[in-house]
Amino acid sequence: MSDKVKLTYGGAVNAALARCLEQYPETILYGEDVALPGGVFGVTRGLQKAFGERVFDTPISETAMLGAAVGAAMMGRRPIVEIMWMDFALVAFDQIVNQAANVRYVSEGRLSAPLTIRTQQGNAPGACAQHSQNLEALLLHVPGIRVAMPVSAQDAHDVLIAAVACDDPVVVIENRTLYPGAKAEVQLNQPPQPIGGHRRRRRGDDVTVVTWGAISASVQAAADLVAAEGIGADVIEAVWLNPFDTEAVQDSVRRTGRLLVVHEANVTGGFGAEVVARVVEAGVPLKAPPRRLGAQDTRIPAAVALAQAVLPQTAQIADALRALVKG
Amino acid sequence: MAEPLEHLLGMWRIRILEETVQQLRLDGDIVGSVHLANGQEAIAVGACAQLKSQDAVFATYRGHGWALARGVPAHGILAELLARKTGVNGGRGGSAYFSAPEYGFYGENSIVGAGVPIAVGAALAAKFDNSGRVSLAVFGDGAMNQGGVTEAMNLAAVKSLPVILVCENNRYSELTPIEDMVRNPDLSARAGALGIPAVRIDGNDPVQVSTAIALARQNAAHGLGPTFVEAETRRIVGHYIGDAQQYRPEGELEADLQAEPIKRFRRQLEGAGVPNEIVDGVEEKARREIKEATERALADPPVDPSTALEHLYV
Ligand SMILES: Cc1ncc(C[n+]2csc(CCOP(=O)(O)OP(=O)(O)O)c2C)c(N)n1
Ligand SMILES: [Mg+2]
Repeated sequence: MSDKVKLTYGGAVNAALARCLEQYPETILYGEDVALPGGVFGVTRGLQKAFGERVFDTPISETAMLGAAVGAAMMGRRPIVEIMWMDFALVAFDQIVNQAANVRYVSEGRLSAPLTIRTQQGNAPGACAQHSQNLEALLLHVPGIRVAMPVSAQDAHDVLIAAVACDDPVVVIENRTLYPGAKAEVQLNQPPQPIGGHRRRRRGDDVTVVTWGAISASVQAAADLVAAEGIGADVIEAVWLNPFDTEAVQDSVRRTGRLLVVHEANVTGGFGAEVVARVVEAGVPLKAPPRRLGAQDTRIPAAVALAQAVLPQTAQIADALRALVKG
Repeated sequence: MAEPLEHLLGMWRIRILEETVQQLRLDGDIVGSVHLANGQEAIAVGACAQLKSQDAVFATYRGHGWALARGVPAHGILAELLARKTGVNGGRGGSAYFSAPEYGFYGENSIVGAGVPIAVGAALAAKFDNSGRVSLAVFGDGAMNQGGVTEAMNLAAVKSLPVILVCENNRYSELTPIEDMVRNPDLSARAGALGIPAVRIDGNDPVQVSTAIALARQNAAHGLGPTFVEAETRRIVGHYIGDAQQYRPEGELEADLQAEPIKRFRRQLEGAGVPNEIVDGVEEKARREIKEATERALADPPVDPSTALEHLYV
């Protein structure tokens, strides 16, 4: 049997979950509507049928879901919990920040919490302010929690397997706009990869662009636009944000001398600030001041035309690239 | 109009609004996730009939009907969903998260259970502001499993706050049936355990709802604290538009359609000898109103992107 199959992003996540349930008998998979209905996005379809009571539906009780994951993980299970929207994790942040993140550290390594939280975030057309936020920076401020934001089907697959294999709490943030996309070839059955790493989506010598999450597609489109004008963008898609591949970014900026960070999250306090700081603090020589591009610092309105006015668009990214290179 | 006909009119308005919203969503005029309340109209109508203008309703994403029953014009609701400038929140709220406080509708909420503590806070304010306000939180059976709901209920109980807790028990949390959610399906028992007077009623009967809310409001206004009203009902549509409803056992929807409130109430009115033309006239009136509101909303100008940054702070 060939190890390469064509899968959507959602299908790749499903395949990774099936493999984890198969390979690690200590995994359990639960969340709201994940078992019998197969998830509101269909990502967990068929898994209860295949793995029985290790896959189950829970009440709408995020605190109990995540707290139970911490406890079960301490006792040797490897829970994989789906939180339907990242926005909903907010009702249970105590279990992530005060609980999961502290288990290993305070017990001097005698305890661990090898749990994986799968969630998804971001705006989709018409989504309201409570279903649109990009909250990765909240998690990235918390030492002890690993965070990944895969964009391609292959990465969605590999990241999840690495997350489940990891002996620490990992939050994998997907994006619902990616689930149904076009099918892509996905290599299955590779050994679990170490956590960390990035993808270089385009090579260029004029400006480094660091991005993550679904907005990577807009960044690549903008890079294509300016390439026609002779601007070479080096596009680094950060698959993992903790651990973050700082060296890859610094190396690229040493070559280009220019840095733009683009995320869908709003600018203030976003992880883009951290990326810029790591480059600047390392004394990497810059030909132009580094720039951040993200959502405006406001709430996300439901109407599409309003949301577009708040979220970074391809044309703005292209403008930022031009301004950085041409001054 | 006599009270029973008012109930019928209110329910028809909601039903037709929801059917209109569904069509607009399927046609692509409305964008994004939409949750309809078809089948649950009697609760909003029966409850709001007993509320006073100073009262405050806190609803959920399934809240178009509650807004309408509270007196929010259909035009403002439709314009909001259609992303028109004239929407009740100028397009910022959308289907799942709009508010119209000038009508005592303090908003939908798209975080399950989140409205309940806020409603309790509105009741807390009433203790100090001499407004005579009673607040009403409406939430689903699934929301009962959200920790904040129990916290809020207990706070309301111990402080004897003027709040009415209305649980619309439609036996589903999204796609999962209540049997997989709770061991004791009598949710009112939980309120009882917190010392909150609780009733379990037929939520498909606007008269029963009205009676229960009238008593709850009176008790709240007299300083006796919260009442929990578990209104049993069924949604006769999907959880959201586009839900294939594969989770429904065979025959369930057919039975629910027989017990749905409008059909049942019509039968009751006919049985009581109300002439057909009067009963039908109520439906026609509601249809005319919603049609007119829809046409106006569709003709309204779109939201103005230049306003997107306004109102974040004072
Ligand atoms: C905190 C939180 N968790 C999960 C969801 C996703 N969600 C939206 S509606 C819903 C089901 C709610 O069921 P219920 O309270 O019975 O209300 P109903 O939809 O049946 O009216 C869920 C799980 C959410 N919006 N917020
Ligand atoms: Mg329900």
